[in-house]
Amino acid sequence: MSFISRGFKGRRRDPEADSGRVPPGQYLTDDFPVLSAGPTPHTPLEQWTFSIVDGEERTSWTWDEFRALPTEEATVDIHCVTRWSKLDTSWEGVSVDALLEAAGADAPYVLAFCDGGYTTNLPTEDVTGGKAWIAFAYDGEPLDPEHGGPARLLVPHLYFWKSAKWVRGLAMREEDEPGFWETYGYHLYGDPWREQRYSGD
Amino acid sequence: MAEVVGETPRVRTIVLYVPDWDGHSAGQHLDVRLTAEDGYQAEREYSIASAPGEPVSITVERLEDGEVSPYLTEELRARDGIEIRGPIGGYFVWGPEAGGPLLLVAGGSGVVPLRSMLRHRQQTGSDVPVRLLYSSRTLDDVIYREELDGAADGVEVTLTLTRAQPPGWTGYSRRVDAELLADVAWAAAEDAHAFVCGPTSFVEAVAGGLVELGYPARRVKTERFGATGS
Repeated sequence: MSFISRGFKGRRRDPEADSGRVPPGQYLTDDFPVLSAGPTPHTPLEQWTFSIVDGEERTSWTWDEFRALPTEEATVDIHCVTRWSKLDTSWEGVSVDALLEAAGADAPYVLAFCDGGYTTNLPTEDVTGGKAWIAFAYDGEPLDPEHGGPARLLVPHLYFWKSAKWVRGLAMREEDEPGFWETYGYHLYGDPWREQRYSGD
Repeated sequence: MAEVVGETPRVRTIVLYVPDWDGHSAGQHLDVRLTAEDGYQAEREYSIASAPGEPVSITVERLEDGEVSPYLTEELRARDGIEIRGPIGGYFVWGPEAGGPLLLVAGGSGVVPLRSMLRHRQQTGSDVPVRLLYSSRTLDDVIYREELDGAADGVEVTLTLTRAQPPGWTGYSRRVDAELLADVAWAAAEDAHAFVCGPTSFVEAVAGGLVELGYPARRVKTERFGATGS
């Protein structure tokens, strides 16, 4: 049910918008906007760990151990539920495949947990197969705290709230358990190409 | 769409007529969708300015390089229709049952969802003590100025004017910094609920400053509008 907004012309469409890289309802930006529910945490690196928690088992890496793992570079398009998209962003991180493999974890869902108490839920198949990273660098520089540093989850094929900032680990789950924004009305899965913004979409 | 009200030279409040609105909480936002004649669509989120139970309204600041805000602030007339969806969000919300005291910190048009909270407090007869710290470029840029001048009992409003001050101005005239925050905010021991809304750099500074003052992070709820070029 759309009707014409009298006198609305809109911006000239970006050339990329027609090349199939911008999901419906999104617009392109060159900036990198910030959205957070609370203050930015500043965990010192010597206190930082990353953990895979699978029932009673916990596999953890200190910052130095984490940074000694093989890394990958990823150039990806990202899409925020607040409607901005940003193309060709470049990241460096550790593949989630490698971390889950090292922990021997294979439950069907994960709940990412973070400094500040933020969580978000994802099917394990959406963070494996080369689709997700624990990213620690953006554009060749250490990831800024405002943008989730020292490390954030990067899952570019889902709306960007799934790419949890200040991530400290993944808890394996047998059931899909709603995370922070998901309990406040945002979609459980969040596919930008199907415009799964809010619960019920 | 029922009515448009000028707030400042760059800001307008748009009162919407939404017969099937299910109600909202103070602090929530909604999506606005515009459709051009060729089918091109643009959508943006705006904070709800009205209290629960009042006709739904949004307050929109014109951004010079924006796509939707210039239309909403200059082109849109009463009786034009716009498509909306909402309410959205359930974290950055306050109701009297949550108690207080309440610390509201606004940068520019970040005052909009906080105004919804102030009106909600008044309409429910709540006596929760409130401090509003509002940073604005100039006095003319202060949104809801008359309403804030006549704020209800128990509501203390503190303005800081960062770019220009009228002759004889005795209030603050600088960006919110640690010292200003320490002057105005409730002491951490008061266990206040803090809501901070504004541009990213503002929110980053204020939220960080409150944590420095001893506010637990979970008591500091933030909403930011980034330099999104919109």
